[in-house]
Amino acid sequence: MQQPLLELKNLNVGFDTERGLIRPVRDVSLSIYPGQTVALVGESGCGKSVTALSILRLIPQPPGRILGGEVLLEGRDLLKLSEKQMRGVRGKDIAMIFQEPMTSLNPVYTIGDQIVEAITLHQGVSTREAYQIAEESLRDVGISDPHRRIHEYPHQMSGGMRQRVMIAMALSCKPKLLIADEPTTALDVTIQAQILELLRKLQQERGMSILLITHDLGVVAENADVVGVMYASRVVEFATVEDLFDRPQHPYTEGLFRSIPKLGAHHERLETIPGMVPNPMRFPAGCKFHPRCPRTRGCANAIKSGRAEAAIPKGSNVPPDVVQAVDAEGESFPALRKCIEVEPTLREVHGSHWAACHVTENFDKAPGTVPQLEHRREVVPVTIEGDALPDVPVTNAAAMGLKA
Amino acid sequence: MAQNATAPNSPIAPLPYVSSRDSRLVAPATGGPLLEVRDLRTWFPIRRGVFSSTVGHVKAVDGVSFNIQPGKTLGMVGESGCGKTTVGRTILRLIPKHAGEVYYKGQDFFAYHGEELRNLRRQMQIVFQDPVSSLNPRMTVGNIIGEPIEVHGIARGAEKREMVAGLLKRVGLDPTYAARYPHEFSGGQRQRVGIARALALSPDFIVCDEPVSALDVSIQSQILNLLDDLQRERNIAYLFIAHNLAVVEHFSDEVAVMYLGRIVEQAPARELYANPKHPYTIALLSAVPEPNPRPKKHRIVLKGEVPSPSNPPTGCAFHPRCPLTRQLAAGASANETVQITSGGEPVRVMGRCVHEAPTLVPKKGEPGHVAACWFTE
Repeated sequence: MQQPLLELKNLNVGFDTERGLIRPVRDVSLSIYPGQTVALVGESGCGKSVTALSILRLIPQPPGRILGGEVLLEGRDLLKLSEKQMRGVRGKDIAMIFQEPMTSLNPVYTIGDQIVEAITLHQGVSTREAYQIAEESLRDVGISDPHRRIHEYPHQMSGGMRQRVMIAMALSCKPKLLIADEPTTALDVTIQAQILELLRKLQQERGMSILLITHDLGVVAENADVVGVMYASRVVEFATVEDLFDRPQHPYTEGLFRSIPKLGAHHERLETIPGMVPNPMRFPAGCKFHPRCPRTRGCANAIKSGRAEAAIPKGSNVPPDVVQAVDAEGESFPALRKCIEVEPTLREVHGSHWAACHVTENFDKAPGTVPQLEHRREVVPVTIEGDALPDVPVTNAAAMGLKA
Repeated sequence: MAQNATAPNSPIAPLPYVSSRDSRLVAPATGGPLLEVRDLRTWFPIRRGVFSSTVGHVKAVDGVSFNIQPGKTLGMVGESGCGKTTVGRTILRLIPKHAGEVYYKGQDFFAYHGEELRNLRRQMQIVFQDPVSSLNPRMTVGNIIGEPIEVHGIARGAEKREMVAGLLKRVGLDPTYAARYPHEFSGGQRQRVGIARALALSPDFIVCDEPVSALDVSIQSQILNLLDDLQRERNIAYLFIAHNLAVVEHFSDEVAVMYLGRIVEQAPARELYANPKHPYTIALLSAVPEPNPRPKKHRIVLKGEVPSPSNPPTGCAFHPRCPLTRQLAAGASANETVQITSGGEPVRVMGRCVHEAPTLVPKKGEPGHVAACWFTE
């Protein structure tokens, strides 16, 4: 078995605020293998971006603080490095691209200057050689006429082009890990498809690992090998992409899947997750999802009507103890006592499938192992280049490859 | 404004519609559509030089026609810069039009002024994308929702407050929230406030401009369901503008796809998604990532970027990116094809696509399915 490229072990991050310490990352553990794409998915404020920034030690300190844990890159703990050693890791071993390419590029330097800066810093080559490398990396990301465009400024380019420049810059030093924080969120779908296809191609060519941070379940489904779902600063579910979509275990994941409109499923009423994401200033006690959780309500109601055996999943062993809980709007509802008192930690409820929910099958006896999955996805989406369509009857929509 | 010769208040019978560039027939259904848009154009002048003389136009909307029936939803999709937002705002006269007509309940909306315009505007409202910048941070939520009620002289004082409380309740917020300020709310709650404000005047028609794009996934479905309930309850018609195709399909009765200021395809929602005709629609649909780890469809990755509407391509505006015309050109004789440059590379395309602009014509499939492409069936 291969060694993971990157391992997070019980990473905890805090921010000191006027109203006390908030904890945007709590006990996050995960591992990324060489050539693998691991996605972290969750809603705004769930801690996915802070996790990514903490890997590179880019959170502002103060007010931020790493409260504990390890970030192991090929066995070396990045949290123990000096700032100088860390500078050698950033850009060289681990590179990052951000959501908004306009604000991440410096508007007063040409894109060439900005790429060359990183290359000369990490590779110790002359400026002239660096320009050659920069030109090549622009060509690699599909920018035509790189010899001319290398002298352009960011404002002269479109959003999709800027994101390509960001990728060229990030990949110019051939990093082992690319952290992509919402890389396509600001882009249109046809441009998103171009960028994701580009990342897949470059990953294949270079065997690079990707940590993909996104809120888009479609992007996750088509690009990730392994997925961690974050809610309220914790990873609440971790599984292979196929397992997660086929058999979601955590009620939050289930709710997310049910609440997204899908193409072709016209006008069925959407299911919703009631309430909203909790503010890290005022996390509820116990399981952070309990004020919104349909599972604990369902169980509690079943127990009240005397159907405890049917309601509680096998191997969950959650006591059939019902209390009144209060949701974010201040309304009272029945819930299981354990859910509102004890926060569940991530456990391996099935082979290679981790979840943090008391009311999950096998949860009681499941081991609290560190999530590690050296899995590669079964099906990679087939893409057709816009100028090389398959040879088929031309007037038929299906012929253009929309339907398999 | 030469088109506005019709006197206000004269009920205009829907005229047979002929346009110079858009030959699509807008056949008004019996009973009449709530909103009829004919050949709408919104051009923004490009000014240069010392005297700011107009040197050209950004044709943000360039010949758009459609109908919306009472209580129905027309979805409008397209990429950024395609003009979908401008359509919504021009209809409400928030942006001046260049040409074209808008009939609301058979009346020429652009012919109204002053008091009459205000009365008509009560029935037409808008919900914006960004619930942060569209609510005044210095007003309480009660005043934000109550202001239109007071401005239009519907109610004051205690009666107004009661109406506001009722509206808050209807959109799923606690009536006591009326005393709070927008910053005290989450994104989803602010969007509910924006919806309550739009509902305050009991409109028949609401332009929803990307109403859920800024919201988290689990909140989006709450807002979509709320808009859906309100439509059933009050028979409101929506122009639902969004870039997320799955959301639009879910929400709309009919969908129009825009590209560079024009509608390139329009059909009943289910039909459009099951049986797309225009190569742009096909590519757009194929580009949406499916929430399925074993995707069944093939993805068409379009080359190049959306061109600028200030200098749109000749003929069919999609031809520099169109996969269909490239494929056809590969098998066509040389005199039918033209060499163009797209994304810095030479490409061979069909001459007709470069020289002539296609109009929306009925396509094989369900009635009401129209597309603007020379070569699709």
